[in-house]
Amino acid sequence: MGILEVKNVNKRFGGLKALSEVNLSIKENTVHAIIGPNGAGKSTLLNCLVGKLIPDTGSVMFDGQSVLGRAPYEINQMGISRVFQTPEIFGDLSVMENMMIPCFAKRDGYFELNAYGSIGSQKDILERAMHMLEEMNMADKRDMHAASLSRGDKRRLEIGMCLSQEPRLLLLDEPTAGMARADTNNTIDLLKQISEERDITIAIIEHDMHVVFSLAQRITVLAQGTPLVEDSPENIKGNPKVREAYLGESA
Amino acid sequence: MFGLNAKDTRLLIIVAILTMLAPFILNPFPEGSAMAQFNAGYPDLMQRFVIFGIFAIGFNILFGLTGYLSFGHAAFLGVGSYAAIWMMKLLTMNVIPAIVMGVIVAGLFALVVGYISLRRSGIYFSILTLAFAQMSFALAYSVLTPITGGETGLQPKVLDPRILDGPLAEGATPKANLFGLTMSSSYEMQVGGWLFTFNVGYYIAAIVMLVAFYLAIRLFRSPFGMMLRAVKSNQQRMNYTGLNAKPYTLAAFVISGMYAGLAGGLLVAMDTQVGPERMFWTASGEVVLMTILGGAGTLIGPVLGAGAIKYMENILSKINSDILHTWFAFLPDGLEDLVVTLIYPFIGKGWHLTLGIIFMLVVIFLPGGLVEGGQRIAAWFRGRKAKGSDKDASGTTTEPAE
Ligand SMILES: Nc1ncnc2c1ncn2[C@@H]1O[C@H](COP(=O)(O)OP(=O)(O)OP(=O)(O)O)[C@@H](O)[C@H]1O
Ligand SMILES: [Mg+2]
Repeated sequence: MGILEVKNVNKRFGGLKALSEVNLSIKENTVHAIIGPNGAGKSTLLNCLVGKLIPDTGSVMFDGQSVLGRAPYEINQMGISRVFQTPEIFGDLSVMENMMIPCFAKRDGYFELNAYGSIGSQKDILERAMHMLEEMNMADKRDMHAASLSRGDKRRLEIGMCLSQEPRLLLLDEPTAGMARADTNNTIDLLKQISEERDITIAIIEHDMHVVFSLAQRITVLAQGTPLVEDSPENIKGNPKVREAYLGESA
Repeated sequence: MFGLNAKDTRLLIIVAILTMLAPFILNPFPEGSAMAQFNAGYPDLMQRFVIFGIFAIGFNILFGLTGYLSFGHAAFLGVGSYAAIWMMKLLTMNVIPAIVMGVIVAGLFALVVGYISLRRSGIYFSILTLAFAQMSFALAYSVLTPITGGETGLQPKVLDPRILDGPLAEGATPKANLFGLTMSSSYEMQVGGWLFTFNVGYYIAAIVMLVAFYLAIRLFRSPFGMMLRAVKSNQQRMNYTGLNAKPYTLAAFVISGMYAGLAGGLLVAMDTQVGPERMFWTASGEVVLMTILGGAGTLIGPVLGAGAIKYMENILSKINSDILHTWFAFLPDGLEDLVVTLIYPFIGKGWHLTLGIIFMLVVIFLPGGLVEGGQRIAAWFRGRKAKGSDKDASGTTTEPAE
């Protein structure tokens, strides 16, 4: 049994079958990549895992519990964090505040009415957020406006925010899309380090084969809404079906 | 001090000193002088400064922090006023039950309105709150006449039950008081040509305002305040960070509704009458203007905005063409008439025109409101002191919330 079990998931958008009979099992503490050509349904699948979309049929189990019908914040509280294609951070807040918010969410749950105590008195949160910033090598940027960070740093911050919640499953949708080569390599190193040092499962959607083959232990190829194959990176590279469906054009 | 950082403590102390000395500060011109027209240190207006300051502080908790623009906040002020006047009719002329009930009833009403309106965001949210406020106005005006007194409104009558008060003396009228100290009583101090008025009602309202301001600073600096800024900044990220934005915005809505109810209760405590026009949409629009004019999302901005608008409403509107003629009598006749004709549209009933122009200028040139204006001036002075050693350092500093 994997930590995430997707069974017979179907999703239609009007007449378009975006996902048909998707089965996917992600093993705990692995890095699992999902690849496939544009429009294959990768983002749709991911949205079904985090509560943004509800599949028409099928089941999605996380650690033995169904996620279907739950709001995104509830699914996050179950232990699934998500990184977006364009970094989603709190642009109007400082870097430190960005890091504190997930720490509050982790400690206090989805809502807490503390309108009288000062932030400065929240020693455990401050410590935790600062520790996370140090781990992300961003401590020197703590007082910066998050919106003024570089693209690569925004991504770093977003990943750090997700990690500060100690999720069991981290989902990333094209985390290096639109990034310069140097930023991409930094992100690869960061994700590698995270997967080695932590008890965490990572599922990553990616077009950049360099990223995929540097990180993934398992790869699922999605084409036209259905998984074509699931295998180790070595076998995927040599698989003629995959080459035809996907790698052929870009490799 | 008071659990605030040094900067916030300084701000609170400055505001406290200014409000306590307001009877002096707002009356700079001697009685009978030509400029006495501009004196604002009379009880009725000073009370309005602090009460509408409370209203705007509360509005800013919702609008300034979460970005949700309510266009119906006058409804909460009105409901608070009605609740307060009923306490004065049924229980006692003591202002405490009236004010407390105003806050509670407005809070409950805000809970209902907020719960429904917050199903939408952006312009749809604004329209929903506006619809609620206009419904409240219409109901108060017509169907609910038995409770609201309809068009004529309500005031305490001699024959009201007032079960906690003893019977009134023969011929006496019920007066709002705090344990016997009547709101309308004043102590007048004559110093040379100057007349300073110290009014009980004003000082009570001012102390309530200081407490409300203090609590708002605490809220701004609290984890809750930070979450409200997160709501404004990125709701998507919030939802995917395990936080439910809905109860945060609803709590902010209810708290700001309670501030409005507090203002409504205080208005009744100062002037014991209520009419439905208090809930009209223009009253809701006014608090939006106050907040934006002063600086939305800043601590002191809404208070400044409320003061500026109430000052114009009460002072500019009282200037008439006769007064203008006396001012410009020194000019040759033809020129005098010309100047008076040019200024006339901006005064008296035309004060709205002046307000509109000032508002436009502020929004275009000072998007951060009067507070940003103050910061720019301060930065300019600091820049001059530094004698251009680092020119570009000034003006670029943006303080998130002062
Ligand atoms: N909300 C939606 N409404 C209608 N159609 C949609 C919606 N979201 C996605 N689709 C369609 O579903 C199909 C799968 O889209 P999806 O975004 O999941 O692909 P993808 O594999 O993520 O592609 P890409 O690599 O370009 O990101 C596409 O044909 C897309 O146009
Ligand atoms: Mg996609």
